[in-house]
Amino acid sequence: MAGDSSDIPLHIPDAPHRPGDESEFTDWPWKPEDLGMLEMDCSAEESSEHATGLVRVLGDDNSASGKWNPNLSPEDLKMGLEYMLRLRIFDDRMMKMQRTGKLSFYMRSFGEEAVAIAQTMALETQDWLFPTYRQPGAQFVRGRDMVSMICHCIGNEEDNVKGRQMPVHYTYKEGRFISVSSPVGTQFSQAVGVALASRYKNLDEVTITWIGDGASAEGDYHYALNFAAIFKAPVILNVVNNQWAISTHSNFASGLQNFAIRGIPYGIPSIRVDGNDFLALFSVTRWARERASMGLGPTHIEVLTYRAGAHSSSDDPSRYRPHDENEYWPGGDPIDRLKDHLISIGEWTEKDHDELSEKLDSEVMGAYKEAVKFGDLANGPYPSSDAIFTEVYETPPWHLMEQWEEMKKWRDE
Amino acid sequence: MPNMNMVESVNSALDTMLSNDEDVIIFGEDVGYFGGVFRTSDGLQEKFGKHRVFDSPLSEGGIAATAFGMGINGLRPVVEIQFADYIFPAYDQIVNEMAKVRHRSGGEFWCPVTIRTPAGGGIRGGHHHSQSPEAQFTHTPGLKVVYCSTPYNAKGLLISAIEDNDPVIFFEPKRCYRGPFYGDPHNVPTWGGHPEAEVPESHYSIPLGQARLALEGNDCTVIAWGAMVHVCEQAIKDSGISCDLIDLQTLVPWDKEAIEESISKTGRCVIVHEAPKTSGFGAEMVASIQERCFWSLESPIERVTGWDTPFPHTTEWDYMPGPDRIAAAIAKTQEN
Repeated sequence: MAGDSSDIPLHIPDAPHRPGDESEFTDWPWKPEDLGMLEMDCSAEESSEHATGLVRVLGDDNSASGKWNPNLSPEDLKMGLEYMLRLRIFDDRMMKMQRTGKLSFYMRSFGEEAVAIAQTMALETQDWLFPTYRQPGAQFVRGRDMVSMICHCIGNEEDNVKGRQMPVHYTYKEGRFISVSSPVGTQFSQAVGVALASRYKNLDEVTITWIGDGASAEGDYHYALNFAAIFKAPVILNVVNNQWAISTHSNFASGLQNFAIRGIPYGIPSIRVDGNDFLALFSVTRWARERASMGLGPTHIEVLTYRAGAHSSSDDPSRYRPHDENEYWPGGDPIDRLKDHLISIGEWTEKDHDELSEKLDSEVMGAYKEAVKFGDLANGPYPSSDAIFTEVYETPPWHLMEQWEEMKKWRDE
Repeated sequence: MPNMNMVESVNSALDTMLSNDEDVIIFGEDVGYFGGVFRTSDGLQEKFGKHRVFDSPLSEGGIAATAFGMGINGLRPVVEIQFADYIFPAYDQIVNEMAKVRHRSGGEFWCPVTIRTPAGGGIRGGHHHSQSPEAQFTHTPGLKVVYCSTPYNAKGLLISAIEDNDPVIFFEPKRCYRGPFYGDPHNVPTWGGHPEAEVPESHYSIPLGQARLALEGNDCTVIAWGAMVHVCEQAIKDSGISCDLIDLQTLVPWDKEAIEESISKTGRCVIVHEAPKTSGFGAEMVASIQERCFWSLESPIERVTGWDTPFPHTTEWDYMPGPDRIAAAIAKTQEN
């Protein structure tokens, strides 16, 4: 029977809720007991249940259970909590600085603090991190000083990237935290190359990288999965599905509402994990690291979370989604969930938490005051503008030398 | 000293660098087992092993990204983009990533990648096997751009490119792989007996940024790169005018001393390239020469280039600059 296609409109997807809508989400059906451990040498197909389900350890009652429970010590959990809380307080302080004109721009990790912190804690110190701008928290795990981070965000005299990049585009080679780039997705395919170089040199180094749900529509995402699978790269490929790419809902990034299973047809074992569950993230990443280290190749992970804040200081999400949508999202808050778990096992109290918050707040303020001694955005001192011309090449060629002289003439006269 | 064609000399450069430096690794489409569609990596996988010379998926963007990652993690990848026409899926990785990572990371990371790519027309390749996109890369700070023309300079320049700690786009004029091309498609010689085909087996290098004076004369400076160097040689002979022929070899950074010295002697200049005229690298040369050498110039600078159209298939000889057009331009510079 011939159909009449004349009344079929062009299909354009939409976000689940828009400003003025009630934010309604169905409760998660997934429980910590649902999924067993996967064999290290499992095939991509054998990971199907883990890709379509959700690995959780922290249940709705904040207890830790299930086969993926990493059984971390209370000390490790408290360290994770401290890093996450430090990041949230740091972000809030930096956002205030941006609002008062002390930073040109800022991006918070609000609601996603567990992602980089739990995952980096699950790795070894020799492992390479190839982040986006939403994983700065990994630097705390690798020991970066907040003063140096703030100096970068200001772009002052002590900025290690010399005033060349926007705030939050950190580079920290000492901590094997590779330079953040604004074009989204490029790091994903590059990380495979980093991992292959480590394998070529026969080093026990694993590379972890992240990409957003939105950027997973870029070619680089697909290049990465394909190259990683073909060459069995020791790489951990994370799609952080925080559901929003500025105003673009993940419905515009994929025809499926599951990002994890896209790894399976590439031949990569794939897992979806509760991205606000510190313990589940740690455990899945540890498993992926072991596989990579054993020469079993890449793991593809969808980290299911929610971008609780704005994309950046230039963004106002209430223009395109209900202002309180994050409060209704069933994944909760990663800091509250770990805190409540620690309280439930008798290792933490509200008082401990308040004291830690105060301590961190004063550390952040102290770091800020220290950082502005090296220059603030309004008055400098900034890095020398000579840095426009240096490190474009290893040695500036003659045409840069000529232009540099010309710049100096205008600047200095 | 052995006589090599350009395929053999490129192969010899790769062989030399694979032998000299464990960090050199080669990959690209068809470059491994098969040795490349132009045979430039013939025998290298067998000699050095699959882990050093291997095939990649058909994914120029993925090739560039993977090379980037290897480069910042201590290797010195040499990758092939099978035809320069196919480099554009890799453009973002080259322009926004390779070219900028040293600068953007405050010098903490750098990317010593060499991207080799056969370029240019004259092989009946139509518009997607004939383009010469050098200007799309000369406009990007952080890249070096090299265009070889003979077996001898192909090896010496390629070794320099691989040893360089910055990313280098290395164009190989595919029309000249097996012989110099003088603009007559019915009479294409081989490299046999050509002095520029005497290529040492061992390591040698030609510094990037240095031009080659291919012919020496007094009355006009002809500047070219790639296959056009040989076409210009023919045109100069045909014109009967005494010319310096400068084979630029490196476009970024180009050799200002060689150009200034020659123009101050001849006072006249013709620039020749296969790529389209508008915003071609010839435009940069014209602008720079008038800035630097205006008072030496006796006549307007002439450009002879491909047309601002897609590259044709069966009619390519009416597209590529030939000896007649170039000789006429040389003659025109002598008019006043």
